[in-house]
Amino acid sequence: MPNPAKSWREIPQRYRLEAGKCTKCGAIAFPPRLVCPQCGNREFAATKLADAGKLLTFTIIRVAPGAFEDQAPYAAGIAELDDGARLTAQVVDCDFAKLKVGMRVRLEFRRVSEDGAAGVIHYGYKFVPE
Amino acid sequence: MRDVAVIGIGMTKWGELWEKSLRTIFVESALLAIEDAGVDRIDSMIVGCMSSGLFVGQEHLASLLPDYLGRNPVPAARVESACASGGLALRQGFIEVASGISDVVLVGGVEKMTDVTGCEATFALGTAADQEYEGFHGLTFPGLYAMMAVAHMHKYGTTRRQLAMVAAKNHENGSKNPLAQFPFKVSVDAVLNSVLVADPLRILDCSPITDGAAAVILAPLEMAKSLKKPVVRIVGSGHATDTISLSSRRDMCWIESTQRAAQKALAMAGRKIGDIDFFEVHDCFTIAEIMVTEALGIVEKGKGGRAVEEGLTALGGKAPVNPSGGLKAKGHPVGATGVAQAVEAVKQLRGEAGERQVKNARRGLTQNMGGTGGSSLVHVFEAE
Amino acid sequence: MAGIIGYGAYIPRNRIKVEEIAKVWGADAPSYKKGLMLEEKSVPSPDQDTITMSVEASKYALKRAKIDPREIGAVYVGSESHPYAVKPSGATLGEALGAAPEFHTADLEFACKAGTEGMFIALNLVRSGAITYGLAVGADTSQGAPSDALEYSAAAGAAAFIFGKDNLVAEVLHTYSYTTDTPDFWRREHQDYPLHGGRFTGEPAYFKHVTGAAQGILAKSGMKAADFAYVVFHQPNGKFPLRVGEMLGFTRKQIDPGWLVPRLGNTYSGASPLGLTATLDIAKAGDMILVVSYGSGAGSDGFILRVTSRIDEVRDLAPRTRDMLDKNLNYLEYGVYAKYRRKIRKAE
Repeated sequence: MPNPAKSWREIPQRYRLEAGKCTKCGAIAFPPRLVCPQCGNREFAATKLADAGKLLTFTIIRVAPGAFEDQAPYAAGIAELDDGARLTAQVVDCDFAKLKVGMRVRLEFRRVSEDGAAGVIHYGYKFVPE
Repeated sequence: MRDVAVIGIGMTKWGELWEKSLRTIFVESALLAIEDAGVDRIDSMIVGCMSSGLFVGQEHLASLLPDYLGRNPVPAARVESACASGGLALRQGFIEVASGISDVVLVGGVEKMTDVTGCEATFALGTAADQEYEGFHGLTFPGLYAMMAVAHMHKYGTTRRQLAMVAAKNHENGSKNPLAQFPFKVSVDAVLNSVLVADPLRILDCSPITDGAAAVILAPLEMAKSLKKPVVRIVGSGHATDTISLSSRRDMCWIESTQRAAQKALAMAGRKIGDIDFFEVHDCFTIAEIMVTEALGIVEKGKGGRAVEEGLTALGGKAPVNPSGGLKAKGHPVGATGVAQAVEAVKQLRGEAGERQVKNARRGLTQNMGGTGGSSLVHVFEAE
Repeated sequence: MAGIIGYGAYIPRNRIKVEEIAKVWGADAPSYKKGLMLEEKSVPSPDQDTITMSVEASKYALKRAKIDPREIGAVYVGSESHPYAVKPSGATLGEALGAAPEFHTADLEFACKAGTEGMFIALNLVRSGAITYGLAVGADTSQGAPSDALEYSAAAGAAAFIFGKDNLVAEVLHTYSYTTDTPDFWRREHQDYPLHGGRFTGEPAYFKHVTGAAQGILAKSGMKAADFAYVVFHQPNGKFPLRVGEMLGFTRKQIDPGWLVPRLGNTYSGASPLGLTATLDIAKAGDMILVVSYGSGAGSDGFILRVTSRIDEVRDLAPRTRDMLDKNLNYLEYGVYAKYRRKIRKAE
């Protein structure tokens, strides 16, 4: 079981979608970084990701890693948010048959995993149909 | 820079090797390579292994493996680039010989994956992805490649059947490879009816969990010429990285790191893709092979599915891909794969590939990648 | 004058029908449906809990309140199903909303009235000037013991209220709390399910405290039943709120907008708060609303609110309660419900 520090550190991103916007080229870095992946600039303005977008691709995971076994099958996808940033997350509250490339989704706060029944609960974002 | 040749190759049968530990698997393949080379000298060892730490709780392979090979105090290094660890080891070995730093270099790859449960193996493999932004959400490797497949099918019309044909072709080839984990044929229908792992990928679209090792011995060309085997050179080496997470890629339907690595390797070799007679590529999932054939430039973007359907990449086709059986039939002990691709390339170029021999093979290309394409290593081999 | 400046609701989309539960336990569905005046209840997905629902309901409340979350001075989550026994839901909620680090929080428990607990506290902190804005949430994902009567009604939902002094959606004119030590329903530490006193939960518990608080607040305010456009009572089943309403002289017309239980179930700490959000969704300026919660153990909190004209500006800035109650539903079989609610024993 990892030290709680590892997931606690990601709270600003997992709870509030805090990101960085490059002051030179405008690229959005999520999570925030020290170096812009687009232009190499080192300065960023604090920003937050848009909370809705459209699915670029998705899948239904049926064979899951240990911590997610009870959730299987579950859908996951990559969405392009309305600010142009891309995000990977599970897709929930959607019948599998209704999943489509291009469908609109928004983000909701959900439990993502836990370190066992006695361990820390990890909260974060998931996609739901808009 | 000196010319580099492969003077020895070694590989034992791959599979679930319950009775053999990581060190045993490695040493057996390494000894075969040393014997094949006929040169009892090693100046340096480079070993590719993705995660002996997670799989068997063992790090410091850089000390363990030369020790058990009986070669202390030879300098050794373990390199890691997820599933491209073997290809990276090959490149590092190539660089040592080419630069003149070492003469005889043992390049090995090894992975022992069955000492953990299937769940734990899935987790260990998942460490090749972005832990906090892909793995955290429950994404698995089949899940990530499935998303690449969905995007590729949506953009280019690649079909479910074409994916299955990749697996069937590779098993057709693998059935002729006595060292393969699954040396038997598998039909397209069997693939299409196998259990779903991450839609649309089914279990028979996925390379397996395997224990195995492979080794090659590199030496300067001059030394190779004095030995008894047909001379095979590494004439090109290319290496490129890309973002770790799939969502950050410029184009999720395109493996840019492979395109770049291939361009560099071919440029070094002074060759074009059309000059290559066969390819050993990283078919960790059927969709991966389709996308790699495009990224290498064997076919145009989007046409990878059609290529396998039309038989272009079959053993008897114009651009045979994975004559060894690929990761699908041969197995995928992660760190060993890149080195095993080199073993196959050399066998083909020596004319030693038996039933799966590509006719008149003069040049071969190996492509090994990590994660969903976060790193790629491409090497070009040529028969002297 | 302090009051509600924003409100929000959250109801998960899964449902299970009374018939589906009765079938498994060999019980007579029609008599449960009739006796409880209940059709179906909401079920949280495995990735939902008191905290996740509180976050969503609170985000909707923020949309209606239109304030900077950094100005929230206190956050209270009232529930009997906090995800942690030790580590407050309010801390996670405050972080998720962006209220951290300058805020006060403490988790509250008082069976089904923990939500109105928070409302009482947040309101009074604002009234006293100790804070500018306070957030109170009533949320639960309570468990009913398998085959027990409560399994038919124990449901999941959340309602959030932000209190302030300016731009009110509804002024809070009066509050009144009525509390005694009455062991009608309880859960000991480390027990999975609560126990209850059967018929003892009626007259000496629910009815005594609800009428006690109602009569107390009416006396305190000098008002009578007819003065109110709407009334919201705690709703453990369909029957109790209708009966107590009748006893106190309220009409069906006053009760119906906030009477969600027949198709929602009992959302425990979310029950009367969700009845209030549903009522605010259809209220108009000048309407007087009476809310009387009930929590076993036992007690009732009464609130008298007067809706302002701002309700028309804000009601559609976030989803309406009844839209979440009625639309986009996903009906479960008992097996899946049991899996979701972790009632199935697995290997460790």
